[in-house]
Amino acid sequence: MYGLAMVKGLMVTLKNLTRKPFTVQYPEERVRQHPRFRGEEFVWYEERCTGCASCAKYCPLGIIKIETSPSGSALPQGDKYRLEVFDIELQRCMFCGLCVEACPYDALFMGSGFEQGQYSRKNMVITIDQLRNAEKHPSTWFRPQLEGYEGETSIRRGTPTIAQGDSRFTYDPRGGPPLGWREVGREAWRWHQREKAGMRLEDSPETPETVGGEATEPGADD
Amino acid sequence: MNCQLATDSVLYANGLYRVVYNLAGSFLPCWLAYVIAGLVIIFILVNAVLLGAAVITWGERRVLGRFQNRVGPNRWGPFGLFQPIADLLKLLTKEDLRPQGADRIVFALVPILMVAPLILLTAVIPFAKDTVLASLNVGVLYILAVSSVSSVAIFMAGWSSNNRYAMFGAARAVAVLISYEVPVVLSLLGVVMVAASMSLGSIVEAQALPFILVMPMAFLVFLAGMSAELNRSPFDVAEAESEIIAGYHTEYSGVKFALIQAAEFGGVGVVSAIAAVLFLGGWSGPWSEYLGWLWFLLKTGIVVFLFIWFRATYPRLRIDQIMAFSWKFLLPLSMISLAAVTLEVYFLRGDDGFLTTADLAIMAAINAVVTVVSVIVFGNLIRDKVTLRTRQPRQVAVPGVPTIEVS
Amino acid sequence: MVTLTDRLDYTSSMINNQAYCLAVEELLGVEPPPRAKYLRTQTAELQRIASHLIAVGFFVQELGAFGTPLMYSFRSRERILDLFEMLCGARVTVSYMRPGGVFADAPRDFWPALDRFLEDFEGELAEIEQLLLENEILMVRTRGVSPIPAEVAINCSVSGPVLRASGINWDWRKQEPYDAYDQVEFDVPIGSNGDNYDRFCERMQEVHQSLRIVRQCIAQIEPGPVRLDLPLVLRPEAGREAYGRVEASKGELAFYLVSDGGISPYRCKIRSPSLINLTIIEHLLVGWKLADMIVSLGSIDINMGEVDR
Repeated sequence: MYGLAMVKGLMVTLKNLTRKPFTVQYPEERVRQHPRFRGEEFVWYEERCTGCASCAKYCPLGIIKIETSPSGSALPQGDKYRLEVFDIELQRCMFCGLCVEACPYDALFMGSGFEQGQYSRKNMVITIDQLRNAEKHPSTWFRPQLEGYEGETSIRRGTPTIAQGDSRFTYDPRGGPPLGWREVGREAWRWHQREKAGMRLEDSPETPETVGGEATEPGADD
Repeated sequence: MNCQLATDSVLYANGLYRVVYNLAGSFLPCWLAYVIAGLVIIFILVNAVLLGAAVITWGERRVLGRFQNRVGPNRWGPFGLFQPIADLLKLLTKEDLRPQGADRIVFALVPILMVAPLILLTAVIPFAKDTVLASLNVGVLYILAVSSVSSVAIFMAGWSSNNRYAMFGAARAVAVLISYEVPVVLSLLGVVMVAASMSLGSIVEAQALPFILVMPMAFLVFLAGMSAELNRSPFDVAEAESEIIAGYHTEYSGVKFALIQAAEFGGVGVVSAIAAVLFLGGWSGPWSEYLGWLWFLLKTGIVVFLFIWFRATYPRLRIDQIMAFSWKFLLPLSMISLAAVTLEVYFLRGDDGFLTTADLAIMAAINAVVTVVSVIVFGNLIRDKVTLRTRQPRQVAVPGVPTIEVS
Repeated sequence: MVTLTDRLDYTSSMINNQAYCLAVEELLGVEPPPRAKYLRTQTAELQRIASHLIAVGFFVQELGAFGTPLMYSFRSRERILDLFEMLCGARVTVSYMRPGGVFADAPRDFWPALDRFLEDFEGELAEIEQLLLENEILMVRTRGVSPIPAEVAINCSVSGPVLRASGINWDWRKQEPYDAYDQVEFDVPIGSNGDNYDRFCERMQEVHQSLRIVRQCIAQIEPGPVRLDLPLVLRPEAGREAYGRVEASKGELAFYLVSDGGISPYRCKIRSPSLINLTIIEHLLVGWKLADMIVSLGSIDINMGEVDR
């Protein structure tokens, strides 16, 4: 009958009237951010950073400015430079996360912050001091290989829902099981070394034994 | 004490008026008490209309939000109740713009002319027993006459704005208003016939059975017609924001815009009140001696909710389809309704010319059948005329591009 | 460059990524691992659902429905964007795919979340359809309005739902299957008149087909690597050229790349569907009413970020 669908539409809206709103009242409530969230917040791991400026090179917009000077105290990682300038011009950043992906030592992360509004463009530049004194310390966020899995490498088949904490998921972008957060730098570093043509180190797991554990301890939380 | 001036006036039926008048009259001269009592009532009513408009603005936004799974305004005051006040303050601080080439006087007159009929309309609405400001014996006629003023105001707005969109909106609004006036009047005629009076108070008292049950078709026509006259969805072509920006009030800003908005939302409230009085039994209900105002507000709220519900659900019709809907669907329906009611009243009424409750029940049964049958019949008729109105596509030859045959 | 393709058509950034990555992979002569292919197909279809939801929501919004269908569409779209945030950390500018695979495998809470979304979306989609699909006002407003006959559609080289609504069975996912589209089964819905209502229905039907594809991807996906071990900066051989083409949510999206051996392409030509679909505007609008103008424009679902790329 003509007009029936209009009544049906009325019923749909009436049904939704009784439903809970799906919007989030922002300042009071917040949505849960997922661990990979690429926020407007850079977390820098000074001990790991060698000043190689990979992030600056890979940045599509070239907004990272790095100046280094040779460091007196060479760390076991090798060519360690002291950083004089580490500026990130946030007003032009498009939060693609390529700098984080490019960093061979996993020294740069993107945190979850997104409330960095400023009234002046000058304030939008993050300097090295701000990075050093940031509220957030480097953690195991963002790096996908950190999300652990429990052993077996099988993947979910079919559609039945699976309870949280089920071990049948994995991902593994570069092969091999994910590492604990203490060993993060090593793993990517090794991968980076392998990528380089002139390999300085053998591709053996024991080589950079002093990089991870002790050096990374002070800054690490969660 | 009584003086001739007061007891003769139409206001004297109002209980509150009598109270104020007697209070003031105890220590003031007769003519002064008469004036003061009238001003007090007018002050209350004007503020009630504007406050009602504000509450409807808030309610519409909240309910619409919930229809859309949102929350709606909730920042100012409890449940965002102060949102209309905040809006008003914002609009008051805005610059009062006047477009170049606009007709200055007409442009400034429009907001006044839009709010005025609204306040005039409230004069005849019985809020509760003995709480009508002016119990006119031509109440329904008065309503129809006064509410048509707003079409003049809309056309003035469109004309004086010196803006094509405003002119479009005004032309559309006037076309809609004029063509929907006819079915609305015809549907109201049935009400008057059954109640055997044009006074709204008498109509309420005549509703032993609410007229929505007695004449469902007239109510449908009245609701559709009124939502068109108020430029409410799905007939809101006059201010279709995706087509002609804001229609006739495109150029208005500041206080004038606030007044136009108040007139629009207040219009919803007043029309809902009229619908509640004419079709839903007004203040009648259990304990109507004391709770009449509550029943009245409740029924008005139900009609306002209906308007909001339609707005939340339906897309907008095109102007030609709206005209077709009025002339081809609503007008026949209202005529059928009128004919049915006329015949029923002619055969059923007693010797005194009035209908009993039993008569009304019989009418309700007959009219329910008539409504269903005629809605189906005319719905199918209009369906063939409107939906199958397809047009052959215009073939445009693209020079230099061979046309590919498509199997 | 992948990050820049997000900005083309910001309502379907996954598919833009996919097109660019396909072009680069052709340029390099590599093929992503199968798991990456499935992940790409699946995310692209999710993005297609999100994009079509926006298209339908705004289409009805322009018809004058006061935001209700739009809010219902956005309710579902938000869930999809949440899934994208799980995958890659961003909601709109995803940059998820990389030449040679995807940025990273799905995190482990992604799969249950996807399942929950698919379950809930059934009801939400049914609600939208109930509200709109047979609505008389919508039919009266859109049926027979601005029809595009098949010849005109072909002559104007439109693509995507606009072309299929005109009755032409043409879908690059079927014609030239890329990624995992040769592994999944789906139908290509075809319209008959090419009017506004057909274009609207076409999108609603495609959402159903996309759901089908997502379900099959979930069932078929196998464990394995998701990314080739390519360096971050690629230097393809000089003088090579490649044409990567996908069926984006708005039509055929293609990247034509020429390499000069450097790190960025010597030439990058984008065939963006929105721009080319916009060229039928004369056939859409001339002879129709003012009120139909914005509706017809909404029915071809252009995205100005892509038109003025």
